[in-house]
Amino acid sequence: MPVENGIGAAVRRKEDQRFITGNGNYLDDMNKVGQAYGYFLRSPHAHAKINGINLDAAKAAPGVVDIFTGADMAADGIGGLICGWGITSKDGSPHNAPPHNSMAIDAVRHVGDQVAFVIADSLQQAKDAAELIDVDYAELPPVTDISRALSGGAPQIHEEAPGNVCYDWELGDKDAVDAAFASAAKVSKIDLVNNRLSPNPMEPRAALGEFDPGSEELTLYTTSQNPHVARLIMSAFLAIAPENKLRVVAPDVGGGFGSKIFVYAEETVTVWAARKINRPVKWTADRSEAFMTDAHGRDHVTHAELAMDDEGHILGFRVSTKANLGAYLSTFASAVPTYLYGTLLNGQYKIPSIYVEVLAGFTNTTPVDAYRGAGRPEATYVVERMMETAARDLNMDPTEFRMKNFIQPDAYPYETPVIMTYDSGDYPANMNAAKGLIDYAGFAARKAQSEANGKIRGIGCAAYIEACGIAPSAAVGSLGAGVGLWESAEVRFNPTGSVTVFTGSHSHGQGHETTFAQIIADKLGVPIESVEVVHGDTDKVPFGMGTYGSRSLAVGGSAIVKAVDKIVEKSKKIAAHLMEAAVEDIEHEHGVFSVAGTDKQMTMGEIAFAAYVPHNYPEDLEPGMAENAFYDPLNFTFPAGTHIAEVEIDPNTGVVDIVDWAASDDFGNIVNPMIVEGQVHGGVAQGIGQAMLEGVVYDDESGQLLTGSYMDYCMPRADDLPSFKIDTTGTVCPSNPLGVKGCGEAGAIAAPAALMNAITNALGKDIDMPATPEKVWRAANA
Amino acid sequence: MTTVTMTVNGKNVSADVAPNTLLVDFIRNNLRLTGTHVGCDTSQCGACTVHVDGDSIKSCTMLAVQAEGADVTTIEGLAANGDLHPMQASFKENHGLQCGFCTPGMIMSAVDLVKRHPNPSEETIRSELEGNICRCTGYHNIVKSVKAASEKMGG
Repeated sequence: MPVENGIGAAVRRKEDQRFITGNGNYLDDMNKVGQAYGYFLRSPHAHAKINGINLDAAKAAPGVVDIFTGADMAADGIGGLICGWGITSKDGSPHNAPPHNSMAIDAVRHVGDQVAFVIADSLQQAKDAAELIDVDYAELPPVTDISRALSGGAPQIHEEAPGNVCYDWELGDKDAVDAAFASAAKVSKIDLVNNRLSPNPMEPRAALGEFDPGSEELTLYTTSQNPHVARLIMSAFLAIAPENKLRVVAPDVGGGFGSKIFVYAEETVTVWAARKINRPVKWTADRSEAFMTDAHGRDHVTHAELAMDDEGHILGFRVSTKANLGAYLSTFASAVPTYLYGTLLNGQYKIPSIYVEVLAGFTNTTPVDAYRGAGRPEATYVVERMMETAARDLNMDPTEFRMKNFIQPDAYPYETPVIMTYDSGDYPANMNAAKGLIDYAGFAARKAQSEANGKIRGIGCAAYIEACGIAPSAAVGSLGAGVGLWESAEVRFNPTGSVTVFTGSHSHGQGHETTFAQIIADKLGVPIESVEVVHGDTDKVPFGMGTYGSRSLAVGGSAIVKAVDKIVEKSKKIAAHLMEAAVEDIEHEHGVFSVAGTDKQMTMGEIAFAAYVPHNYPEDLEPGMAENAFYDPLNFTFPAGTHIAEVEIDPNTGVVDIVDWAASDDFGNIVNPMIVEGQVHGGVAQGIGQAMLEGVVYDDESGQLLTGSYMDYCMPRADDLPSFKIDTTGTVCPSNPLGVKGCGEAGAIAAPAALMNAITNALGKDIDMPATPEKVWRAANA
Repeated sequence: MTTVTMTVNGKNVSADVAPNTLLVDFIRNNLRLTGTHVGCDTSQCGACTVHVDGDSIKSCTMLAVQAEGADVTTIEGLAANGDLHPMQASFKENHGLQCGFCTPGMIMSAVDLVKRHPNPSEETIRSELEGNICRCTGYHNIVKSVKAASEKMGG
């Protein structure tokens, strides 16, 4: 019997009430008594030596409380920002890890680099004082383009990274791939640019630091996707404060998409400064700062080749990528173009041999790190543009070419040549479902109609796969991760039967307050209104690795299930005692405990009350009803599916009209289909943004950021996008108790390749993202 | 400093502000009505949308002193006597929000949109909401929310 508001129900979100009435509590909405305001003086240059900083005039300005520089932090023993994933190069050497100071000490390396932190009674006073700071810069030539940065003779950005190289990494069997190409009947090749993106959650980053001199506790309120990880890094590596004296709180957070995973300079400086001045300090980024300092995403240049036999079966795949990491290594930057990228180059296909090499380097640009999909969109873009190209070279229907090479539904577990073990899936089913949704068979007639109207029509698909549910700790540890990637949960019954769930996952739009409550409603029969989900506070939640990589339900949800299992186990003992039966005879379903073969039963609420008022209670059992659990996943999860885009291009203007979009995704079991669909919509929109609208642009000569505002960086708007046809065709994930795979990134992973395959299908030639009207017009009229 | 007086959500308010204070800062900092958000510096994102004398306005494009004597409604003033406005209810019913940051501005724009276009087509809704950026929803469910609300609002 399904439970009301249980697993599988499209429950309307509990958290919405506060957001639709203006009662959300985002960081900039918070204020503390006596609060001062912080403002960063930032570098106007992409690359310069700092010969000196004169603060005298600024410190004397009205309202100024204090001004700090990188030298002050170093003198205080505060360490630099870290990158938490070690990558080993081909020659066995560790990646080059230059220092990353929160504020510049002797040089600035990208436009927007932090130079000084001005604290004043008002924000306006802080800004005014910053203008009085005299920085003696000696400008150096910059480089922003990754190919030029790595080509030799480019400006040297860090002395610790000769030739601007961070690492030269490889994965796969090079000899086997060479042999496959030697025996191939047909080889297809492609060159691709994966454009640099700015994540742009609508809430800019912000931080509020507060110091309690009595307890010596330091609190950082911040826009974080993973407050415990922030606390861990700030404590262990930056020496901001011991973990037991540092509280990190992430209240309502207005979107993240990866960009709020990282431990940034500004949050670090703000909390450190609060103790220095013994007064609360708030810093809120404006959008220009967000463009300059929120970690960017993507920025790859790739050459790929596919070897095939004379029937179109894939024999081998060879990929060579240059990855731009920006001026410094962000928190997980090194992992994105390696283990989150190379390991997914197998796609959904039987590919006997794969070899990938990634040369990653530094440039005078904003650091690059995980952005929605993180490495997997880049991988899918390479694989799916490659498959499309191969099919075109063979004069085969691209969907038939894919069907011919798909891993079959009976082949699991399936080990790929790039160290992943796929656990489940039915790729042909997703492909067929998506083709049905968009009426693939009717495309030729629609194309003819478009032609009659003077338009060019195209269709393209992407059969994507991702590795989510990040991740088994031992596995990622062996690949260089500096942390475990488990999750924690506590399920606490209150004596009156309501439940508080503490989760280490963090919701910044994903709807955990609803989804996680549905799990409790389903498993324990508690009305959803009586379940409170608490997250985002290191003082409340035992620990947490946070939310990214579509991991919250698969890992965080599984931790909740494990805690629920403990609750049920204990409750059975109490029920057995109270109903005078043997524990083995107690049956449990949705919060009702019954004695097998009788009509005796008790509810979870009655048992919880008995646990807190243990007058009649098993002698050997502790009172109370609260259990916590840590869950370390057994494997990654592998969401997969097919998205198909259909476009109509006006050759006179180059404007691309997305006339239809169909998706069939396999997310495993689904807890809330309404939320899942919403996640796909949002992901697809960001993927369409990448393919058609968005792109961070630097002037390579001056190093200036040319796309520093919404006037210049083209965000997808309502009138740029179509409505979407979304369907799910699930195979159950075998590695976690909920059977779920994760849905947050799929759309952003699938969409760029699907859309570019459609656009290039229409044009009959390749162009790079973003497919702006100018680029499309030039291609259509060349 | 200069004194501004206006009606906000039905209440008369008055405060001394610097003459260059933006309406959005007056609303957020002086009145502590923090449902109106700031998402950009260039009047592009629409998170700060409020109603001034019945029209939707990006409150970062206007000085507080320009709203002298005006009747301002913010997201906090949209629900009447505890009952959600049909637009608010529709956003919840149709999953028209995720992180919620753009939502107040989006709802305020949508209410104004339906007032001017009582029975809007999908195309009209998309075109009219061009000034409000949402990064989470892909707009699919926002369009659905506005359409459904327009039907309830007697369009």
